[in-house]
Amino acid sequence: MIMQELLSTLIFYVFAAITLASAVMVISSKNPVHSVFFLILAFFNSAGLFVLLGAEFIAMILVIVYVGAVAVLFLFVVMMLDIDIVEMRNGFLRYLPMGAAVAAIVFFEFAFVFYVSLAHPSALAPVRQAIPDSAHISNTQAIGDVLYTWYLYPFQLSGIILLIAMIGAITLTLRPRRPDVRKQNIAHQLARTKADGVEIVHVKSGEGIS
Amino acid sequence: MEQHFFGQIGIMHYLVLSGLLFTLGICGIFLNRKNIITILMSIELILLSVNINFVAFSVKLGDLTGQIFAMFVLTVAAAEAAIGLAILVIYFRNRGSIAVEDVNLMKG
Repeated sequence: MIMQELLSTLIFYVFAAITLASAVMVISSKNPVHSVFFLILAFFNSAGLFVLLGAEFIAMILVIVYVGAVAVLFLFVVMMLDIDIVEMRNGFLRYLPMGAAVAAIVFFEFAFVFYVSLAHPSALAPVRQAIPDSAHISNTQAIGDVLYTWYLYPFQLSGIILLIAMIGAITLTLRPRRPDVRKQNIAHQLARTKADGVEIVHVKSGEGIS
Repeated sequence: MEQHFFGQIGIMHYLVLSGLLFTLGICGIFLNRKNIITILMSIELILLSVNINFVAFSVKLGDLTGQIFAMFVLTVAAAEAAIGLAILVIYFRNRGSIAVEDVNLMKG
């Protein structure tokens, strides 16, 4: 039992350390492509943390949505745009004091809140496994039970948000059809009949068609 | 209490991790002000830290609502990334660069 707790503690620290290190690399990497790869690493390790917490469904969704969709989208855009990396790095040192100051303020706010709430007896109590107990019902089934009953309307609303995002992205990036490019008009082709497509000409011999 | 802190993993560990991740995201927005792609990635980091917070409290309190809301945050993050990158692509197509400092054309 002690061994198992020690192992889960170790796993938590490994996942957390890699997540934080790759987050540092995301914001400090010179090449945006490297940033995207470190973002993927951060998401993978957070998914590991979620599995450690007992939230398997969220972990898998995180891998599918972020690594499968969002990160690939980022990678696609980063590689598609012809951006000047060196020029973009110019302001890094100039903005460093400002960024460090804001980060320090936010960090000390968090630290203060943590320090105060550390006095609460439940703060360091071990995290319970996700309710309901995983022996009876799986995490996915439990989420489904709650999501499709109590949270049905928010669920539908999130679908509408995704639809709006899809429509918005397509409308933004859709180029109007250029007039000088000839495209196949399938309806026009299918509407052709024998009457307007074929003309039979009886040519007298030796005269030709004028 | 210090010995306990390095023993079993409590909610505080996850909250500290989430706070550090949030701070890194804020820091990234300020450090990469010229690079809008990295700003979008920093926003993703911030949303990830929020998700860690939600899931940690969900497990701590034995209430699945936190995990449901983590899914909604995920939805909004995906939509935000799609729209943001679409705006980025069309801006690059029109202007030939993605420098954030040039985005003041609508100042009138």
